[in-house]
Amino acid sequence: MEALKAGARAPEFELNSTPDQRIKLSEFRGQRVILAFYPADWSPVCGDQLALYNELRDEFAKHRAICIGISVDGAWSHAAFREHRGYKLALLSDFEPKGAVARDYSVYRTREGVSERALFVIDEEGVIRWAYVSPIGINPGADGILKVLEEMDGSRS
Amino acid sequence: MSLTKQIDETDHVLGPADAPVTLVEYGDFQCPHCRAAHFYLKNVLATMGEDMRFVFRHMPLTQVHPMAQAAAEAAEAADAQGKFWPMHDLIYENQDLLSPALLTRLGQRLGLDMQRFTDDVVSHRFLSKVKEDFMGAVRSGAAGTPSFFINGEPYEGGFDDESLIDALRFAAQVRAPHPSRGQHAPRPRAH
Repeated sequence: MEALKAGARAPEFELNSTPDQRIKLSEFRGQRVILAFYPADWSPVCGDQLALYNELRDEFAKHRAICIGISVDGAWSHAAFREHRGYKLALLSDFEPKGAVARDYSVYRTREGVSERALFVIDEEGVIRWAYVSPIGINPGADGILKVLEEMDGSRS
Repeated sequence: MSLTKQIDETDHVLGPADAPVTLVEYGDFQCPHCRAAHFYLKNVLATMGEDMRFVFRHMPLTQVHPMAQAAAEAAEAADAQGKFWPMHDLIYENQDLLSPALLTRLGQRLGLDMQRFTDDVVSHRFLSKVKEDFMGAVRSGAAGTPSFFINGEPYEGGFDDESLIDALRFAAQVRAPHPSRGQHAPRPRAH
């Protein structure tokens, strides 16, 4: 299994962001999306990947990008997790069928039943411009995301 | 991934500039793991002595730790009166009670000019310094707190004193090899 690479069209999806609200990737057409797959809510690691990305929302917005987390947890788990950790970014529930979107992006770990820790930067037209799968157990920083967003800014001017 | 911002006069530094090994920490005053690391670092500093230089930089995760940024700004305001490290230590030692009132009490305890300290905190005089530190951490690839860099390279091991001392001694030997010292690799990441 190899994660989708830059140049591929980002597979469409529609998932719950809260128990009552569903989000389609295509709703973000015209802006950039940072799709951040992570294995599970309630990671014990302080200041983990999502906390950092949450902190950088304004920085991402300067590049017309929005960051969205996605895992196989249910929407109720996401709601509690977001409230507990104070996150403001949306978390999508890839729960039913479990891991279907992760499989579409080729970042599903069948044996563990969770997604890889993987990042995709998707451009305004829905094309993946950067993809990164983190080694197991390592939280990726955001330096790669910022670099590619800056490169995308440069390529538009 | 490596440290993008070199150490300069704006940094908070303990230890000699020519030490064979430099440890940079990006820390958050409200992060419990940073608090744990703080106490381990006391032993690390005592053990390494003049062989090590320690640099603390701010990486407050403000959404998950609502007092982290205020604490970082208070530490900078204390620094303006020559009391960064005492304030740094007191904040970690009292992390469970962290609040604006606590920061004021700590300033009083350190004998700061409280009018100046309060003005600096309320006006966010040092917010840009804190944010500059934060973005330096992000640009260097830091993914959370605490994040450590040894001689400019990311350190992925445990942040207990034993693991850090092993890694620091190894880095010091790599930089300044000594024939009488054996070399051994740092421990793998323990958390």
